[in-house]
Amino acid sequence: MSTDTAARPVRRFESLLRARELGIAIVIVLVVAITAVRNSNFLDAQSVQQLLSGAALIALLSVGETMVIITRNVDLSVGSTVGLSAYVFGDLFKYQHISVVAGFAVGIVLGAVVGAVNGLVTTVLRVPSLVVTLAMLYVIRGVDGMIVNGHTIDPTAIPHAFTEVGYRTLFGVPWLAIIVIVVVAVAGYAMRSFRASRDLYAIGSNPEAAALAGIPAGRRVFTAFVISGTLAGLAGALFLALHAQVDNSGGIGYELAVVAAVVVGGVAIFGGSGTVVGAALGALLLNTINQALVASKVSSFWNMAVAGGLLLAAIAFDRWLSLRVARGLKSARGVHRDV
Amino acid sequence: MTTPSDTNARLVLTNATKSFVTVRALADGSITLYPGEAHALLGENGAGKSTLVKILAGVYRPDGGELRIDDTPVEFNGPAAARAAGVSIIYQEPTLFPDLTVAENIFTGRQRLGTFRRIDRRAMNLDANEIFARLGVRLDPEQPARGLSVADQQIVEIAKALSFNSQVLVMDEPTAALTTVEVERLFEVMRTLRSHGTAVLFISHRLDEVFASCQRVTVMRDGRFVRTEPIEKVTVDDVIHSMVGRDLATLFPKTATVAGEPVLEVENLCTAGVFDNISLTVRRGEIVALAGLVGAGRSEVARAIFGIDRRDSGSVRVNGRTLPNGDPLAAMAAGVALVPEDRRQQGLVMAMGVDQNVALASIRRLARFGLVRRASERRLASNWSARLRIKSGRVRDAVATLSGGNQQKVVLAKWLARDPSLLIIDEPTRGIDVGTKAEVHRILDGLVGDGLAILMISSELPEVLGMADRVLVLREGRLTGSFSRADADETTIMRAATGQHAGAVA
Repeated sequence: MSTDTAARPVRRFESLLRARELGIAIVIVLVVAITAVRNSNFLDAQSVQQLLSGAALIALLSVGETMVIITRNVDLSVGSTVGLSAYVFGDLFKYQHISVVAGFAVGIVLGAVVGAVNGLVTTVLRVPSLVVTLAMLYVIRGVDGMIVNGHTIDPTAIPHAFTEVGYRTLFGVPWLAIIVIVVVAVAGYAMRSFRASRDLYAIGSNPEAAALAGIPAGRRVFTAFVISGTLAGLAGALFLALHAQVDNSGGIGYELAVVAAVVVGGVAIFGGSGTVVGAALGALLLNTINQALVASKVSSFWNMAVAGGLLLAAIAFDRWLSLRVARGLKSARGVHRDV
Repeated sequence: MTTPSDTNARLVLTNATKSFVTVRALADGSITLYPGEAHALLGENGAGKSTLVKILAGVYRPDGGELRIDDTPVEFNGPAAARAAGVSIIYQEPTLFPDLTVAENIFTGRQRLGTFRRIDRRAMNLDANEIFARLGVRLDPEQPARGLSVADQQIVEIAKALSFNSQVLVMDEPTAALTTVEVERLFEVMRTLRSHGTAVLFISHRLDEVFASCQRVTVMRDGRFVRTEPIEKVTVDDVIHSMVGRDLATLFPKTATVAGEPVLEVENLCTAGVFDNISLTVRRGEIVALAGLVGAGRSEVARAIFGIDRRDSGSVRVNGRTLPNGDPLAAMAAGVALVPEDRRQQGLVMAMGVDQNVALASIRRLARFGLVRRASERRLASNWSARLRIKSGRVRDAVATLSGGNQQKVVLAKWLARDPSLLIIDEPTRGIDVGTKAEVHRILDGLVGDGLAILMISSELPEVLGMADRVLVLREGRLTGSFSRADADETTIMRAATGQHAGAVA
């Protein structure tokens, strides 16, 4: 049997993949350490809190995005969903004086509805999700623009208790970050441990085989989109809590920042592999670099260039890794296979 | 005709039909499977076997006909329903999830659950190990399926099928990629299952396997049921005659030719871990076949000769000139053509028309001032369509709409349009119906008659024996046999291919 010889390089490959999260964590620590040497304020409690809450929304969105991308789809509508949810929430605060809980509920339901539409069009009409969610991005922006109608929800309209979610801390950790960490932890665990979530990986890994295995691919993909939308709705509410104001530009560009974080975090853009934790760490890494550049007084124009460079590096690294593994397997198979 | 009222039968399919937009894939699919019996389903490629299998699997819903299991009519609305009814399938091509572990692949959707419906990985891995023990193989349940050899993937498929404890097990050419030892192990498993009352449907092109391990045989041709017989009532020749429905000699119209000067000379070709020390010569006017099991490294040798993959060492000479390493354009310029194994992925641009595909390798010659005129493409394509008798609606039609045989002719036309001196052709007739198969063979025969040198890779022994002037056998990347047309027969080739000595031959 060729199993024993084939197993070794594969094992190494797998452990490398598992180490992806560790690798990102190490890079984050390095970036923080280097920046702290150059600018001692970088390790202040306030600065660290900024690191965490700055990454929180993208990290939260990356959880849902990961689930969608793992199934070989993509959700580009998350950014505008954040904007819509945040504005509607703020609007209800200002004019209807609803409770915080009710506001959260509205934001989340709104997101879920967007996700459901994305999911339905993608799975029932079989339109590529790239197109569906791109269209959705514009539709929501348009609707958002009509609702907003040039207004701004400003901090005076928002109850103090609510904005506290954005900056109050527990043992030095912002509440916002705690919420996101809980979501990431729960989702990360669920993605490993439930049949439905393993189905997501199966669908992205080999769609034909998934159909033959009787996996209800449509339902699973639909669910992934609903989760992504729901988290975007939640992120919208948190956006309002964090910034205490919102106009019709809320969440612009988030969708690409989320996809970047997910890919940097080791989720395969063509589906099948990657983890929620990795994606969230990817979001943290991108934000950390962002802030490090600011702290090092590097021009903000560099931010985007660095983020883009990192994205390229992450993809090139993945590609290099899989080529290496393919070569390793080839030689293992050819030489040692005894009949 | 099968009898629908057969109450001993586990599964009875009667007069099933299935049509797709343009083709009638199945005109009369009928088969009766009995508990504890292995039933062989035979027929040439395109006879409708795979369609019948997919109906049993619940993948296709038949347009007509009846399916009964344990004398109860059933209708499957999907693969899950078929599985629930106790039918499990091992497909020709492994259907694994490369990103999931071996154990997850076996138990997809049926993972062992612990508290709170969480997957109990330990229990699942133990279950997988238990099945592997029953199969007598060692595989790590936690290893990802990515990177498993084809044989190991097939083992995982078998383990999956076993884990269902199915009443009916359908195996669609499970042995195509396996070595003798693995095939023997598979038959061992099949015997065990039969002794527990499982009905087995076995599809294979290797007739010796069928006669050694099946009790009943059904032959199909052109989408229709031909006959069902107990195995002891038929001979190999009977079966072949029923399958082909015509004289075998017409399938391999080989005329004797005299080999001329060498066209291809390969010396000590090596690529670490893939093949080792390959030396061979192909002369004008001869067909040299490269035989061996799937995975022996035959296609890799062809790719290295053509320069798609770089070689570690060794030399390739064409018409006396040495080819640079890893340079397909230089190989083409030297007069080499390569018709790859997988025409859909490697040989054709499926969405492009017949004309554009045919012109693809001659595009520089057709271009003037860097611009290609559609008219010249079309002229070239119509010319070759006529010569190779390519059946397509219009030359502009996308090749995706053509049958496999005509697609293969398009690939051939693309290369022949360059007027090569050496044609390397990998699995010339895989997935092609019998009629077109004979036509492709006739084309090849005509080409060597005109002085072309052909290096042919084939996994179909009849094709190797029928068409080749010389047969070289590759096993695990090494040449293990070289036979003249007169010396080559199934036994000698299979011995060299499997590395086995007298006696046990697959």
